[in-house]
Amino acid sequence: MTAAAEGAPAFGMTRARRNALLQSESVQGFALISPTFLYALILLVLPILVVIAHSFWTQNYLTIDRTFTLENYRAALTEPIYRDLLWRSLYISLMVSFFTVVLAYPIAYFISFHGGRHKSLWLFLITIPFWTSYLLRVMSWKVILGYNGVLNSGLMGLGLIDEPSTALLYNSSAVIITLTHAWAAFAILPIFVSLEKVDRTLVEAATDLGDGPIRSFLRVTLPLSAPGIISAALIVMIPTVGDYVTPKLVGGKDGVMIANAIQAQFGKASNWPLGAALSVTTMLIVTLMAGATVVIIRAAQRLAR
Amino acid sequence: MIAMRRFLASGWLSAYAFLYIMFLYLPVVFLPIFSVNTAATPKFPLSGFTLKWYEDLPRTPALLDATWNSLVVGVSASILSTVLGILAARSITRYRYPGRRAINGLIMAPLVLPEIIVAISLLLVILQLGLSLSLFTIVLGHVLVCIPYSITVLTAGFEGFDRSLEEASADLGESAFGTFRRVTLPMVAPAIISSLLVCFTISLDEFIIAFFLTGTDATLPIYIWGQLRFASKLPGVLALGTLLLVASFLLLTIAEILRRRAARRTQNEGGLHA
Repeated sequence: MTAAAEGAPAFGMTRARRNALLQSESVQGFALISPTFLYALILLVLPILVVIAHSFWTQNYLTIDRTFTLENYRAALTEPIYRDLLWRSLYISLMVSFFTVVLAYPIAYFISFHGGRHKSLWLFLITIPFWTSYLLRVMSWKVILGYNGVLNSGLMGLGLIDEPSTALLYNSSAVIITLTHAWAAFAILPIFVSLEKVDRTLVEAATDLGDGPIRSFLRVTLPLSAPGIISAALIVMIPTVGDYVTPKLVGGKDGVMIANAIQAQFGKASNWPLGAALSVTTMLIVTLMAGATVVIIRAAQRLAR
Repeated sequence: MIAMRRFLASGWLSAYAFLYIMFLYLPVVFLPIFSVNTAATPKFPLSGFTLKWYEDLPRTPALLDATWNSLVVGVSASILSTVLGILAARSITRYRYPGRRAINGLIMAPLVLPEIIVAISLLLVILQLGLSLSLFTIVLGHVLVCIPYSITVLTAGFEGFDRSLEEASADLGESAFGTFRRVTLPMVAPAIISSLLVCFTISLDEFIIAFFLTGTDATLPIYIWGQLRFASKLPGVLALGTLLLVASFLLLTIAEILRRRAARRTQNEGGLHA
């Protein structure tokens, strides 16, 4: 990892000088990045190590018992409440990443292939809502889906329903809709970037060789844009597993996710080690799921060719 | 007109694009609509136009405090993360050294970590060290999540430009610092301002980290979160939300314009048109 370590003892004048030069370039670059690197090391890596350490300890009223135990992980993985929350969080994040990618792909395709001179304007238009406060966007869905909300009052005004429906808000579908909306823009960018890299002459070649537009899309464009699909899926999946605001505001009882349980352990329940174990478990499972997604999409890409 | 013809030419795809944009914008549009509605609950039909929810805002001391706190946190976080971002982006675009990718990956990691993990791990360390939670601890957390965005904006600005200009400056006898100040800095200034604006916007809107790392002081999102529990406070929140929306929109539009100008400038001056 360290740049200085690679400076081997040199024999002979020219080699020593070349090494010195190389080293000075390395040292300069490393010195320049080191404040940012140290910041991330101290405020990200160290804290995560502390969380991992806590996950093997036990809360003893106000103090923490530092004898090694796997009890927290047993609780996280086998107690029905946490197991259910973990499963639901994974299910919701999978659904959300599936829908965002499927909905985003045609838009990315449209901008890349038909955007013309206005590509960057389109991208700007699409990213603007993403930059507005996350809290406010979730709240606006509460306004839309609520009992006295926009959708219910609108549908009643049109005479389509007689009384407000309670099925819209406070369940996992509400969480999925809200998160799909919230992450939409994030999925478009990576797909767009990979579509931009698709060599247009390959698409033409496929057409010249007799593939119809749909076949040439399925056999050329889609497989070539797989890296974009992978990063879009991951960039949505990983953060949504740990989402706290959306389940709290629109999820109700049936939409609670793992982040809400983690927060409870650091707040009211005050069991840091269990909260830490839940966090580590979540991170590990997310990593596994992300890995599986990459493998599956790559396999599909190979099959398509 | 050309846009219009293209719009018709690409058929169902543009129809889909239009619907998608509607889906993206519609929920956001309800905030301003109901913030000027007289009824206290947001539902159709609208009952009448009023600005009273806006007029109440400056008379709420807790809100004014939260606004001030958000400004302090946002300005500190954006300056700090842009300074750290400049160092990292410069190092990544200018130098080659072993471990460059690994270090970059680590610095960018907050982008792909659930925010709650970042928040609780920082919380644990701060409490373990016996530090008290304050606006300062929020700034520490915000800088961590802002740095990746800052680096993304800045590397785009740094990568475009022609390194030979710097070499020319050095050959003509400028010191390294002089070259940076007189050649590099003017070229990348728009990217730096753009990074400041983007980081400020992120900090202004960030909730989870602030929620966990705050002491007694509330930032705007924390204030809004507190208000959401009371149904009667909703119109006020909608009015406040609309103002925040406008602020974010303006800041980001300026950031985007600057970014484009920077891209144009570095391309022009490095290319044939100089």
